[in-house]
This record gives sequence, C-alpha cells and structure tokens, in this order.
Amino acid sequence: MPNQDVLIIGAGLAGQRAALAAAQAGATVGIISKVHPVRSHSVAAAGGINAALNPEDTWESHAFDTVKGSDYLGDQDAIEVMCREAPGEILWLEHAGVTFHRNETGHLGTRAFGGASAARTYYVADITGHAILHVLYEQLMKHSTQVDSYEEWFTTDLLQDDDGRCIGAICRNLRDGHLEVFNAKAVILATGGCGQAYKPTTNGLIVTGDGIAQAYRIGAKLMDMEMVQYHPTTLAGNGLLITEGARGEGAWLLNAEGDRFMERYAPNKLELASRDVVSRAEQTEINEGHGFPDGTVALDITKVPRRRTLEALREIVNIGRDFAGVDITREPIHIRPGQHYIMGGVKTDVDGQTTIPGLYAAGEVACVSVHGGNRLGANSLLDTLIFGRRSGEHSAARAIQTSMPATPATRVADAERYIAAIINRDGGGRRVAAIKHELGETMNQYAAVFRDAEGLATAHEIIRRLKEEAPRATVDDRGSVFNQDVIGAIELGYMLDCAEAIVIAAEERKESRGAQFRTDFPKRNDDVWLKHIDVTVNGADVPEVSYSPVTITKWEPQERTY
Amino acid sequence: MPAYTLRIRRFDPQSGEAPHWDEHTVEMPETQSVLDAILKVRDEVDGSVGIRCSCQQAICGSCGVRMNGKPGLACNTHLGEAAERGHGVGWNPPEEGQVAPVIAVEPMGNMPVIRDLIVDMDAVHWKKIRRVTPWLVNQQPVPEREYIVPHENMVDVTQTMACIQCGACVSDCLAMEVDPLFVGPAALAKAYRFVGDPRDAQHRERLQDLAEDEHGIYDCTHCFNCIDACPKGVDPMSQIMRLRRRAGSDYEIEDRNNGYRHEHAFVNNIRRNGLLHEADLLPDSYGGKFNPRAVPELIGALPTAMTALRRGKMTPKTALGHPHKAPAEVKRIFEKVEGRSGRVELNLYVTGYEDEPEATGGGQRETATAAEPNAQGRPESVGAGERQPAAESLDADAVASETGTTEGETR
Repeated sequence: MPNQDVLIIGAGLAGQRAALAAAQAGATVGIISKVHPVRSHSVAAAGGINAALNPEDTWESHAFDTVKGSDYLGDQDAIEVMCREAPGEILWLEHAGVTFHRNETGHLGTRAFGGASAARTYYVADITGHAILHVLYEQLMKHSTQVDSYEEWFTTDLLQDDDGRCIGAICRNLRDGHLEVFNAKAVILATGGCGQAYKPTTNGLIVTGDGIAQAYRIGAKLMDMEMVQYHPTTLAGNGLLITEGARGEGAWLLNAEGDRFMERYAPNKLELASRDVVSRAEQTEINEGHGFPDGTVALDITKVPRRRTLEALREIVNIGRDFAGVDITREPIHIRPGQHYIMGGVKTDVDGQTTIPGLYAAGEVACVSVHGGNRLGANSLLDTLIFGRRSGEHSAARAIQTSMPATPATRVADAERYIAAIINRDGGGRRVAAIKHELGETMNQYAAVFRDAEGLATAHEIIRRLKEEAPRATVDDRGSVFNQDVIGAIELGYMLDCAEAIVIAAEERKESRGAQFRTDFPKRNDDVWLKHIDVTVNGADVPEVSYSPVTITKWEPQERTY
Repeated sequence: MPAYTLRIRRFDPQSGEAPHWDEHTVEMPETQSVLDAILKVRDEVDGSVGIRCSCQQAICGSCGVRMNGKPGLACNTHLGEAAERGHGVGWNPPEEGQVAPVIAVEPMGNMPVIRDLIVDMDAVHWKKIRRVTPWLVNQQPVPEREYIVPHENMVDVTQTMACIQCGACVSDCLAMEVDPLFVGPAALAKAYRFVGDPRDAQHRERLQDLAEDEHGIYDCTHCFNCIDACPKGVDPMSQIMRLRRRAGSDYEIEDRNNGYRHEHAFVNNIRRNGLLHEADLLPDSYGGKFNPRAVPELIGALPTAMTALRRGKMTPKTALGHPHKAPAEVKRIFEKVEGRSGRVELNLYVTGYEDEPEATGGGQRETATAAEPNAQGRPESVGAGERQPAAESLDADAVASETGTTEGETR
C-alpha cells in the first residue's frame, strides 16, 4: 500500500511535468500510467509549442491571439498566466535537453502557426511532443529516487473520505492483475482527453477519457465539454494527423477544382486561420460538392521547398508514404477535418484544483479554461506543461500541511468484485468493439463540425442505449496477466460518460461559438451565451447542467475574423 | 480483397501450456497494417490476444513485434509487405488448397515474453537505457536564455532523439544474443544523443565509460540488423560507430578492451598490405609481436592458428611473411581521406537529400517572411555565445564539414 504526498495519474507531458515539479518542491511523488510513460499520447503532438520568447514578441499578443482563438470563451486570467509563463517554460525545457530547432545563428528558431499574429511556435522537426516527452522521461529517470513510477498500472477508482476529499486511488497492476490502494494527500489527474469516443480520431487507442469520467463520477464539474476540436488536416481513411506545421511552413489547401478556397473564408490568414474556421471552411466546401469523391479536399505541401519538408516535416513524409501511399513532397494529399482534441474537461482553477478538494487536473483532461471554444495549434503542449507544473507545485505545498489519509480495506474488496464481475460475464452481449464503433460513428456524425438540435438528440438517445448495453458487453479474456479485454470494457464506460457530457453541453449551447457550430443557431450570442456550461452527475447517472461566468480581464468580445 | 493467414504466437503464463500458434484468416487490403489485422481479430473474434498498441502511426513505439521473422512496428508494416517476406520463424508456405499467404507474428527477441506479443521491456531495454546516464548533464554555467547550438548539431542529435524506444533493434541484435550484457543498439544510440549534444558536459566521461565497459561500444559486431530493424531511421549501428570515432580519434581513449588499438591496427594493416593480413592483426592490436602484452594473447590464439593452418586458410609462409604490398590506389585513398580537415561522416539524416532547384510557389516566400523577425530580432549579446565551451566549436566544425562534403540519397 504505497503512500505518497502527491499521486499523479497519467504520465504524458502534464503528468510528468507535475511529477518533476512536485518532487522539486519536496513532496514524495508517485506517478501511475496505464502505459509506459513514453507511449502516452503527448508523444504524437507534432507541430510545436507557443511562447512569446522572442524579445520583439509580447505575452499580451500571445494572450490576445489565444482569447480570440477561443472565440472569447477562454478565461482571460488563466490565459494571462499561461502566456506570461510560457517563455520560462521553453527555456526550462531547453536546459533539460529538448533538441529545439535552431536558426542560422544557433538561437531557438520558430515557425508560423494557425491563429497567431507572430511566428512564436518553437519546435523539433514535426516530433515536438515526442522530443519533449522523451526528455521529460529522461528527467524522470534522473529523479527516480524522488519519484516512484508505476508503469502499466490502470486506475479503477478515485478514493474519497467522508468529507468528499480525494485521498488516493485504487489501481490494477496490468502485469499480474493485482489491485493496490495508493494513499495520497493530493491526486493529480493527467490522463488526457477522450478522442476515442469519436471515430475516426487522431488520438491513440489509449485516449479514452478515463480521468474525465472518473472525476465526473465522484462529483467533479466538467466544463466546456461541447467544445470538441476537429483538426483541419487528417487523413481520410484512418484519421491520422497531418501537422498544422505543414501549413505553417507554407502548404496550401485546395478544393477539387484547384481553388485555394481559404481566400474566401479567411482572406488575411488563409490556411493559418484558427482551426475551427479552417475545418468549417473545408467541411462547407465538401458539403457543397467542391471536394473530392472521397469526401476530402487537398493539402498541397509541394509549396514547401522539398529539402525543408524532408528536414522539418519528416514524420508526415513517412505518414503520407506508409498510411496513404502519397509522396507529399511531390503531390497533394487528401485530407479532411477529423476529431483531434477536447477543449473541455474537468473544471479547474489556475493551480489545477478541481471542484473536489484534494483532486487536481492538468492537460487535456482539464478545462482551466485557456482554450475556450477553440484551441490554437501549439497551445496544448504549453497548457500541459504550465498547468502540469502549477498543479505539481500547488499540490506539493498543500501536502505539507496535510496528514496522510488511510483507506478502509473494504474499498479494495469492492474494486476486486467489480473487476471480477466484468471478467466473469457470461457473454451474450455485443462485443466491446462493436459498441465502441457505434459510439464513435454516432459522435462523428452528430457532434462534429456542424450540429443541430435534432442530430444531438439522436446522438443522446443512442448513447443512452449504448450505456445500457455496455455492462453486458462480451469479455473473452478470463486471465489476470495483461488482461486488456477487461480494461477495454471499463474504458468503454468512460467514453460513454464523456460522450454524454459532450452531447448534453452541445444541446444546451444554443448558439455558434468556436468549435460549436449549430446550424439551427448559426450566430454567436454574447448576450446569453458568453458563459461556460458545466455538467455534473448525481449518483443516479442523471447529468445536470449549470453555468459559470467567463473571466474577462483586458479583452472585450469583438467580432472574430481572420 | 486479398486474404491473409494471420498466425499469432500465443502464450499465457497462467495456462500452464507451452507457447503455440493461433491461426486466423483475414480479408483486408494489402496496404492495411499488420496491426489492423491483429486488431480486427481481437475486436471481432478473440478479445484475449495480447499486444501493446496505441497511436497506430509509428510514433508511440508500443507495437514492436516480429513479422515473418523481421522485427518492426505492426502499425506501419503493410500486410502485403509482411507477406512477401516469407521464410521467417513460424512461417510455412501455404499448404495445398490454401491460397492465403502466411503472416507469422511473434514477440520480439532478446526479451522475456510476458504474454502473447507483449515482452518485458523493463528487464532488458529500459535497464540498458538507464545504464547510459540517459539525461543531459548541463554545461556550466547554464545560460540565462538558451544555449547557442549550431543548427546542424541539433539536426544531428535529433536523429537519435527520433528513437521511439520500440525495441525492434534490441530484438534482433546478434551481439546481444551472444552477450546479453551488451549495452546494445538502442541504449548506445541514446548515449550518442548526449555525446553529440554540445550542451552536455560529460562527453569524455560518457565515452570513457562506454569504451572501458567490456559490454560497451566495442562489443558491436557490425551486423547491420539494428539498422534494418529501426522503423525511424535512427541507424543505431551508425551511432555506435560514431561513438567509437569520437572515443578513439577525438579523445584518444585507449580502452582496456583493446578496441582503440584494434581499430588502429586494422587501419595500419590495410595501409601496409592493401589486403587484410590476419596474422599481423592480432599481435598489432596488442602493440606488435614482441610486446609483452601480446604474448599471452598470441598463445591464447594458437588453437585458432592451428585450425587455420590445418584447413589451409593460412600457411607458414603467409603467417610469417608479408605476401601483399599495398598498391598505389590504396595509398591514394589513405592520402585523400587523411588529407581532409574534418571527419567525413555519412549522416543521411542530415544530408540525405538530393539537391534540386527551389521550384516552388509563393507559400515558401510567406514562410520565410514569417520566420525572419526571429532570425534577426535577437540581439547578439543575449545568450550563451561567449560562454561556449571549447569542445563545442570542435563539434560544430566536425558537423559542418560532414554536411558540406557528403552526398547521399534520400532514404
């Protein structure tokens, strides 16, 4: 029964950064991940990380771009914190060993990115997330005496005391199937988003909304859940991501008639308008019959000098070759908008504290809200690192004033019974994969770029039906060594909870803002909807909606054009 | 749509049964991946097939397996490509009446199997990674802003940074098969990531450590398996060779494993003879026939020499005399290579692009403009320019000349 001052669940960028910060602040730290830390989906972040580090740039400019990108739904106090602290974070990473791109003078170099008024995206070719994640893991190995890493452990329950305070978690060691209670003075969720609730998605198979659902189930508020980002450039068949870095380097978007259609939708920023704008433009072209027969438009990377592509966009050269059979340096590649990110998540303050005492959240699982209605490219890595660090520091400080809680042994027995019941299901239900598939297609049809009341209601109905089916879904594996089947069944429940929260919030918001475009309410309506939608659930699995205000510091809402 | 016989190696430690092959027929396009086929089986037929996987785009490094005998990522290996390999372990030609080509998928080698296709990477791979002090030891003082590092150096170490720790190179490392303690391709590539990074303060210490370790850089046998296996172009063996060159030429580390002297003896042997004269190689590696250090080595090598004599691979004449003399062409090669100011290394990651005219449209111009303020905007005095260590300029020169003088094809 390990005892930790700070227990972190999830070991992507936010989790590892939180672990290092908490250890630095003197706390004992445990970090748990259902996969080896370097497999975390942060590894797939490609394009870069934003910061106003160049002396000619200002954090205010970065903050304004972020506010505008969020369609004024982002909380400006939180955005200010993120953008002010960004340059220091980049330098911290650089000193820790991240191999950031250098310009001709040997200084850090930048590339242009969507929705930004300056080139302030720092990068490592198009493997920025990978490079940072691996360097953080190097640091984790360096600090292995201060941070205990539990790799390939799956969290089944968050624990609360009688006052509702979060006091640890129950986790299953995937290697042998045994359950363990982790007592902790503070718990930080860093489990990422819930992209697998959609099909297709750019997100990996592990991105199943575990932390969002776990927090929701113990009463935490979720916020901005309707804000689901569709990335403008994903491959048609499998949904794989083509980095925004491609457009940052100069690639064009063309419809089937060879028309550079962004000239009509965003005459100033063209391909580098914010993602919601570009995705909507593409989808409009496709819907109006200007796309290719496979429901796509073209991304023309041949506009970028070949040598530059091979050096700075190496990964997508491989992706084009291996997964689409296209040499992107020679011909355009067919792309379309695809699910990529959720701006919403577990509601937190700027120190990562959720509405449950002792429970923190950082990264995509959280909603601070710095992204509001639409996240700018290269702001997500920044979000994970800034708020991961702040959560780590704040929870460590809190832990020093708290005594170590204890959990009654009966809780483990409950968790064991719960898992045994899944393993011993007597078949007869649909396969987990079939239910998941139906959920994914439903979300991609009704809770996508364009939404309306009727579609959302249909989606909600389907989700309720799948929720009833899921507990009977077939599980084949009866073993305890790496039983991935039982984990899949639990994850399915998490995805369904996330999907329901998304659909409820999208039904609630009767306007169009950021990533939420309601064809039945096509205008932004600041008078009524300049507020966050919060979703909570009571014990009976009935979601409730409430609102919280948007914090405005410097920038009053304006009309948003690019 | 083509059909494939997917043969999956199964092992469940709880069952008490020996590992066995499971067979499924899948109908899928040949451009779908082996992982797609495994997941189809798992989703539709048997949920108990164990394989780690997540991103499905060759970046998370989870799904390293052997497919028809060759290690790699299941997610970026096409079914058609895997089927064409044939002849791997577990591979059998289609039996009579059976038309679907076989794809045999088994766990990676050199690591213990936990279950099905899942191997214990902690016990081998990560243990070896931890062996090489896998973190940056900062040059002091740490600058207020970023370290100033030449562009080429960063691209150079980004090649090893591109490693996704999938274990494919470890799987088929022949040296590790013979010597399980060999630090191995992935960990040594990781070591180069720091030795090649001008911000690191312990280049000499790292090289000394890995040269003196009898399971270190001189344990590699140049079999190229790791280069073949690597799905990310990290070329681990090339990185090992670069570690050797830095240890030997730059830092002149004379290791107790005799790796350094052996390499020198090899070069001088060729310089003298044009062809390898093996009878001289061993004594020369220990400082010559009459060097006291060489005597026990020569005595130890007697049985090998006797066998060679018996089989006619060596005669008393060739053993004692010098049958070859290096022709002028060989001399010219030595003169040309040694006449260069910097070391020439074929790092295809840096230089592997064919030169072509910049035939592009306006997009490129926009990018250039966007990046410009940054390139020019930073005052010279900011940063760590004056505080750069001497070793760094040496690195920079070496890399600059590498990139300047090599040619290569895109890989």
